[in-house]
Amino acid sequence: MGEHRNWPERLHVVTGKGGTGKTSVAAALALGLAAGGRRTLLVEVEGRQGIAQLFGLDPLPYAEKRVATTSGGGEVRALAVDPEEALLEYLDMFYKLGAAGRALRKVGAIDFATTIAPGLRDVLLTGKVKEATTRSHDGRRVYDAVVLDAPPTGRVGRFLNVTEETARLVKVGPIKTQSESVAALLRSPMTAVHVVTLLEEMPVQESLDAIGELTALQIPVGRVLVNSARPPLLPAGRVTKAEIKRGLVAAGLPAAAATVSQLAAEAQAHLTRRELEQSLRMELTEMGRPVVELPLLPDGVDRAGLEQLATHLMRA
Amino acid sequence: MSAPRLTVPSLNVDGLLADPAIRIVVCCGAGGVGKTTTAAALGLRAAEVHGRRTVVLTIDPARRLAQSMGLTELDNTPRQVKGIDAGQTGGELHAMMLDMKRTFDEVVEQHTTPKRAQEIFANPFYQAMSSTFAGTQEYMAMEKLGQLRAGDEWDLIVVDTPPSRSALDFLDAPARLSRFLDGRMLRMLLAPARSGGRSMFSLVTASFGLFSRAVQKILGAQLLTDLSGFVAALDSMFGGFRQRADQTYRILQDPQTAFLLIAAPERDAVREAAYFAERLVSERMPLAGLVVNRMHETALDGFSVAEAEEAIERLTAEGGHETAVDVLRIHASLVRQAQRETRVAAGFTEAFPTVPATSVAAQPADVHDVDGLRTIGALLA
Repeated sequence: MGEHRNWPERLHVVTGKGGTGKTSVAAALALGLAAGGRRTLLVEVEGRQGIAQLFGLDPLPYAEKRVATTSGGGEVRALAVDPEEALLEYLDMFYKLGAAGRALRKVGAIDFATTIAPGLRDVLLTGKVKEATTRSHDGRRVYDAVVLDAPPTGRVGRFLNVTEETARLVKVGPIKTQSESVAALLRSPMTAVHVVTLLEEMPVQESLDAIGELTALQIPVGRVLVNSARPPLLPAGRVTKAEIKRGLVAAGLPAAAATVSQLAAEAQAHLTRRELEQSLRMELTEMGRPVVELPLLPDGVDRAGLEQLATHLMRA
Repeated sequence: MSAPRLTVPSLNVDGLLADPAIRIVVCCGAGGVGKTTTAAALGLRAAEVHGRRTVVLTIDPARRLAQSMGLTELDNTPRQVKGIDAGQTGGELHAMMLDMKRTFDEVVEQHTTPKRAQEIFANPFYQAMSSTFAGTQEYMAMEKLGQLRAGDEWDLIVVDTPPSRSALDFLDAPARLSRFLDGRMLRMLLAPARSGGRSMFSLVTASFGLFSRAVQKILGAQLLTDLSGFVAALDSMFGGFRQRADQTYRILQDPQTAFLLIAAPERDAVREAAYFAERLVSERMPLAGLVVNRMHETALDGFSVAEAEEAIERLTAEGGHETAVDVLRIHASLVRQAQRETRVAAGFTEAFPTVPATSVAAQPADVHDVDGLRTIGALLA
């Protein structure tokens, strides 16, 4: 299988301001990349169980569980990474703790360790993502691609900048080695961070800030994914009441003055909004990253909607 | 169809803002639902219409919104907002942005000696925790609220809660931090320090010895030295921390406080609001109501959306009237969106039929000046 023609990276990190639909877009990307018999892993790290809600499933355990199948025998698996579980798994892998690991949990050591050092928590989460991305079985990669539903734009720089954060606390030892290997993957061409936004001021501003921050951190920025983009209507950019009235009459609809005025006002609000959207679109384009627009789903994000988004993404 | 209706008692925002017994309004909800804008609009209305001396505590406002209130820097001090129209009522509006680290530093300074404070500030664990600890922002927002309330300088304090991963963090974080500062792990770490501090892990239990060995191996010895220094320094402040957190928690339960849930008509935001409502009820916190922002609506009543959609098909098939077709498309998608949003909002109102609610119509452009805030305030009331 190997790399996808339009999306060659192996680790796709999806961020975006809260409310922009980043979980839906991440899920659609995992679905799209799994088409044609591939296998992808969709990972969440914030304990929100957003993936389970999106696919209408019970909360995900700390295990890679199939959440969707795709054409040609492909599948999407999902994993909700829990930092405590990740720490125990990690300790077990390197130190064979066994029962002692459970004792650590009992005295609250795990909670303590992941709480006192937020950087440590992020190393564990990103470390697990790295492990899944690079895992192979019988000489073959287990996942063709991994999609990470990452923290929102405001926190993503800090989350991905694991070495910096841990270096403040940890000077030596395997955690340091681990964080360095995660940092190397995140800064390699195998990774792309995609930013989901809406054509609204605050999400666009946060997207621009995040792209600037990631660029400064030398973490590769992939695409800007504009979610819920509206179809282009009224290409002339203006509308007269006379035109509306003629259309209503031709369609046999009531065309009272109040009705026409109301429709004109709605059209005008749409045009105002579109002008603002156009200037925001320009700001995004100026960042020099490919911009992909995803359509507004009139019926909300259900499985069919996810498929629709996936198709748009794969074409881009 | 007309404006979207919420099938619950209507939230009386003006009654709330005018009530002298209400001293704190807490706006909470998921990220991206317009909490900061709502908080600012409520503050402005309280000052202009109800003549109250109001302060708005914001956590992380959008740059232009902050600028509109004259907040150009994060200086942790309330600044009076100029250019408001409160000449008739004599109200005042002040606003401040929370500086999490500075607030934490102030708490440390208040609870310990200057020398100890300097030691704490220099410790890498304190530096990490005061700027990045998940929950510090929530805890410090509560601390700042406690300080503002204790001064008794304000008629009304409007709080915009932090943009948490989950709105619930806001309630849980202070308890978590104080549990953490009072926890078993800390006491274990402190035990050797209390017994003379010759070797920090010499006197602890077997399982803890194992823990310390594992930590030494994984994280290195320097980290343990820093950690024990941090813990020893914090030890002197335990009581103070706990007391403050408990005090603020009690203020939040008091009838002088009103919680407003802020949501957008989206599934996730409404689900978050419902979780939050359950928590507020179980924690006996005064839940005043729900505000659903950015609801779409249409006042057109000449024909139904189905008739509009039929007309679009017919006119498209016949050709011509392109502009009218697009206008009808805009209208139909607006109605469909309004219907969908009303259904989503009903997910909350059906589960909490006694919680009053109000909705704010979506604005064509984003709000970033006092006039825009005034408009939102009027729509809220």
